[in-house]
Amino acid sequence: MGKDRNSVLDIRNLSIEFATTRGRLKALRDVTLSVPPEKIVGLVGESGCGKSTVIFSIIHLLAENAVVTGGEIEFEGRDILKMSPNELRAIRGDRISMVFQDPMTSLNPVLSIDTQMTDIQYRANIDMEEKRNRAVEMLARVGIPDPRQRLANYPHHFSGGMRQRISIAMALLANPALLLADEPTTALDATLEAQIIHRLRQLQDMVHCSILFVSHHLGLIAELCDNVVVMYAGEVVEEGDVRDIFHRAAHPYTQALLECDPARIKEKTRHLPTIPGDIPDLVNLPAGCIFSNRCPQVFSKCRTTAPQRFEVEPGHFARCHLVTEGDVP
Amino acid sequence: MSEAVNRKMRTERSALYNLLSRLYHNPLGFFGLILVVIVVGSAIFADWIVPYDPIAINIRERLQGPSAKHLMGTDQLGRDVFSRIVMGSRIALKVALVSITLALSCGLVLGLIAGYGPPWLDKIIILIFDTIRSFPTIMFALAIVTLVGPSLETVILVVVITTIPVYGRIVRAQTQAIKNNEFILAERAMGANIIRILSLHMLPNIIGPLLIIASMDLPGVVTIEAGLSFLGVGVRPPTPSWGSVLNDGYSFIRNTPWLIVSGGIPLIITTLGFTFLGEALRDILDPKLRKDI
Repeated sequence: MGKDRNSVLDIRNLSIEFATTRGRLKALRDVTLSVPPEKIVGLVGESGCGKSTVIFSIIHLLAENAVVTGGEIEFEGRDILKMSPNELRAIRGDRISMVFQDPMTSLNPVLSIDTQMTDIQYRANIDMEEKRNRAVEMLARVGIPDPRQRLANYPHHFSGGMRQRISIAMALLANPALLLADEPTTALDATLEAQIIHRLRQLQDMVHCSILFVSHHLGLIAELCDNVVVMYAGEVVEEGDVRDIFHRAAHPYTQALLECDPARIKEKTRHLPTIPGDIPDLVNLPAGCIFSNRCPQVFSKCRTTAPQRFEVEPGHFARCHLVTEGDVP
Repeated sequence: MSEAVNRKMRTERSALYNLLSRLYHNPLGFFGLILVVIVVGSAIFADWIVPYDPIAINIRERLQGPSAKHLMGTDQLGRDVFSRIVMGSRIALKVALVSITLALSCGLVLGLIAGYGPPWLDKIIILIFDTIRSFPTIMFALAIVTLVGPSLETVILVVVITTIPVYGRIVRAQTQAIKNNEFILAERAMGANIIRILSLHMLPNIIGPLLIIASMDLPGVVTIEAGLSFLGVGVRPPTPSWGSVLNDGYSFIRNTPWLIVSGGIPLIITTLGFTFLGEALRDILDPKLRKDI
């Protein structure tokens, strides 16, 4: 678990709680992950497991009732959580930028694309015409046909897929070191999804940024990402190279998740496989492993002690007693 | 080919031209525009339009009916009612424009602060708004007039104070509805500061509906001015105001009903004109309601 000096983003032992009427909801517990330079890291997990909370904590857009109770988020060697609002604003949209989930609401409906794309370059010390040229160039890169003419259009003149590509273009205009993508393809249909993914791959090669890509779609992650981080109920349960995770998943949750992927099912069946049980209550956390109530391979130790992050093989971590059992008496 | 040329032509035309051409194809809106032009035109060119001095007294020709000499007759002091009405449009529009502009600007700022700012500030601003709105306008006006005395400025002050909460609440509600939209989050994620977010991204989203509401409120303000003058607490006589024309006519309604009718006509024209125009503009300016592009 040594500090990886080369990482663009290093999240260490991050814990976040939400104040609710029922008590403190422990949304993230001890989350550790890192994003190496010029790599695409996939953050995967079911709904409500804290994927978006991780993203929003990086860009500091958490809801007002969120409290960071511990840990650090180190971006390019500086802890984001200790930054003043002004320092934070200076890196947002310059070193870090973000693509949102729903392209229908992430563009301002009453401003033309031209206005929005030139405005977003407000930090650049260049004249209007230059900004416009950069916008056109970026629109062309993301595959908007006829970009110079389309610049005068408003968001409602574009289809969902085009809007998402415009959002990506806007996010990349700043030449960020890190691009956060919060399920950017969830609101789009399957063919567009593949298009956007390929586009993102190409763009990443051109811009040389790292991408933290959130999705619950395993197929996408496998296709796009270099590294994978699997989250469950606010914890990182497994982390590693995409091949290691998909071929040698160490954590029972990851294994179950892979079995549930419809694309992987070989035989014809009426019933899609599911993981039985529900996510535990995050206000009153159960003792032991967070996955113990649903784990098919659960044994007595799982219900009493929480497993620690363990390096299964170089660069491949898991939080499970099954993988540590050999070392622990 | 011709399609492309057409589109190019359309984008090259000025926005104002587009607006007017769309307004022309909206019969009710166009009618409203004509009425508004009549009212505004008579206010601007009042000095050339009026046939008589609106405050010149001529007792020998008092309470005459409409005729070629006096288009709307004369009042109990023999003043030409048509001249008084035309001159009165100046007072009416002056009060309406000045007070709506002031109320709109104050309401906009307060509403944006209440909607986007911290919750405790929101609570204080809303408390002030509710306190003001709990007074009936006329009672409030009478109280203010008793304090500072009747004048044009008093009328404007009353209208501004009583309409700030109306705009403030609209702006606040709109701001709250928009502030959690992803494009505002995106803007924050891109490092925009609060002034940039409010002025460049919030304002264009709320200013459209707000201007429409303001244009539809304009006749309401004109009516308040007329009402206060009617009650004798507005503009001081002998300054011509639609309200005082109505008041003069009210005393002689049994013998000379045209006085009260001619005092009412401009109010009706103003109300209809601004309402129709406002509604047409709302339909035209809202990009989400636009079908022709």
